[in-house]
Amino acid sequence: MNLIIILQAGVATGTVLLFATLGGIFSERAGVMNLGMEGMMLIGAMSAFSVATRTGSPWLGVLVAMLAAGLISQVHAFISITLQADQVVSGLSLGFLATGISLVLGEGLSKAGTVTLIPTLTVPLLSQIPLIGPVFFTDQKLSVYLGYVLVPVAWYIINRTRPGLHLRAVGEYPAAADSLGVNVYALRYLYVFVGGLLAGLAGATISLAISPGWFSELTTAGQGWIAIGLVIFAQWDPLRAAFGSYVFGALRRLVLDIQGPMMLFGAPNPFYYNPYWGFFLEMLPYAFTIIVLVIGSREAIRKRLGAPTALGIPYIRGERGM
Amino acid sequence: MAEQGLGRGSFLNRFPYRIVLEPRLKQPPRWYPVFLSLLSVAIALLIGALILTIAGGDPWATYAYIAKASFGSLGVISDTLVKAIPLMLVGLACTLAFRMKLWNIGAEGQFFIGAFGASAVVLTPLLPETAPTWLYIATMVFFGALCGAIWGFIPGILKARFNVNEVISTLMMNYIAVSWNNYWIFAVWTEGGFQMSRMFPKNAWLPRLTDFAAQVPLFRGLTTHFGLVLALIAAVVVWLILYRSQWGYEIRLVGDNPRAAQYAGISIARNTVLVMMISGAIAGIAGMSEISGVVHRLQGAISPGYGFTGIIVAWLAKLNPFAIIPVSILFGALILAGREIQPSGIPKMMNGIILVTLIASDFLLRYHIRIVRREEAE
Repeated sequence: MNLIIILQAGVATGTVLLFATLGGIFSERAGVMNLGMEGMMLIGAMSAFSVATRTGSPWLGVLVAMLAAGLISQVHAFISITLQADQVVSGLSLGFLATGISLVLGEGLSKAGTVTLIPTLTVPLLSQIPLIGPVFFTDQKLSVYLGYVLVPVAWYIINRTRPGLHLRAVGEYPAAADSLGVNVYALRYLYVFVGGLLAGLAGATISLAISPGWFSELTTAGQGWIAIGLVIFAQWDPLRAAFGSYVFGALRRLVLDIQGPMMLFGAPNPFYYNPYWGFFLEMLPYAFTIIVLVIGSREAIRKRLGAPTALGIPYIRGERGM
Repeated sequence: MAEQGLGRGSFLNRFPYRIVLEPRLKQPPRWYPVFLSLLSVAIALLIGALILTIAGGDPWATYAYIAKASFGSLGVISDTLVKAIPLMLVGLACTLAFRMKLWNIGAEGQFFIGAFGASAVVLTPLLPETAPTWLYIATMVFFGALCGAIWGFIPGILKARFNVNEVISTLMMNYIAVSWNNYWIFAVWTEGGFQMSRMFPKNAWLPRLTDFAAQVPLFRGLTTHFGLVLALIAAVVVWLILYRSQWGYEIRLVGDNPRAAQYAGISIARNTVLVMMISGAIAGIAGMSEISGVVHRLQGAISPGYGFTGIIVAWLAKLNPFAIIPVSILFGALILAGREIQPSGIPKMMNGIILVTLIASDFLLRYHIRIVRREEAE
């Protein structure tokens, strides 16, 4: 068991979480929590794999996946923004709907034959840097590099641009934003859509790059929910999201890989000789999500940081308060 | 509000009519929510038919098949009830929590862990093999409820203490529960290396209708079990808690207006933990009833998503404990017939569509939609 290899694979696995978490950050910054993440990712994974097997083009697959997930996210946008339903319930219902649709349309897809995957790339020069080179820049999928680019871009858009200012205003104090001529409804629809696009990208990254194939609900195995937890841990900040996603990715890999070798740090590997301990290892990412939530929430209380003020509250023009 | 979503220059403004939304000032009549629920189910069936057609299926044949396979004879009606029992209990568990706006999405995990608790009574064993049935059932209900309550306590205390989002924590607990059960099934209670425990002795089975076939010949082969009685009792208990007790008043007040509840001196933290525990306990009893009434052993695949379907059941029943019963039977039918339908994702998709249309229709509880001529409106 080589630490470099685990970290390298962890960055790859974490990329999926990263895309989903960034998507969650965009829509929550605009004040809309979308609990349908898992379902949207499934839609993405299913349509990406389906399109890629039929056309032979993984890029077309990624594109369709993003559009499909973006499209279905608008169901949640309509119900929670225009119809003012509770965002928790509406997001959950989107999750059920999207999961169901992806299962129906993905029927038989697991036996769909060969597919061209997203290619891998080793960056010259950068891959020569000790430790960082082999972990981040050697034999990684192109999607992983896209992740490196998206993090600073997302941070810059949110914190340093005018559209980002509008985005934050809509999530913090929509009434004030509205009074200054910002179209609160349109922006909320837009950022829920952006969240859907990124969830679709996350799904496509699973089925066409990280763990290729379509395994119905096991394709995502709860990663959408972990991403929603990471949004809170990241305190709605793309940089912290990157950190959290890669750490989580490494943890997921570690859980898989630690059972392999017979010897661990020069001693017999207990996980190799007690294969049933694997069930407890399986629990770790989920238990860790809960721990991360506790840490995130405590820190938020201590630093008086918090969720976007208007998160979860429908905006009704002309009503007092939010 | 009236022109929400339509920009001033929108082409829609050129139509001679326009849609006006007005907040409802009066409570709608009592039949109206029921009508809305039925309407949204009907719309959901139409949307489902559309998607099925796109996917290359025959929607009407599928629906007709579902109806026949779940209500076509006394035998299948009984099977539908068997599927409805866990849905009733889980739906009641969700109802209690949702009424306080506590989003317990962890009923699936509480169901699994309840099944574990009940199985532990038989497989550890806590009772001698010869113990009477009533003692077995009482102990299994107790341990199933206890384990479910513990599974609800953890997210409850995390929410109360650290403000941890209960949607995510309960969901994570689901995955942990499944792995926990798998450990016991594979490593400890496995029967000859298979992924299941040994069969429970007969006195640990919930009585079934067919057990009384000697007295009532009509019952021969009917598998509806005593869990139905447990579910009906639970419905009455949840109703009594919510609508006939001081505590239920507190729960509803916290759900409707947490700030007012706080001013009234109600402890939100304490109620959060308590409600999560009771909700978990009821879902745990659902797991117990499934294990002791249907499966008769602990194994991996004991739930086709009862915990999640229960959420939809609670919502369709508009959080009314008695409405849970007929709604559960409907969804029980969908689960029963759904096992043989291809593609196998159809029941899940139908559940999703029904939930989406239902939640969308709640809007009509709060707003009138009127279509008025443009001249008179302006």
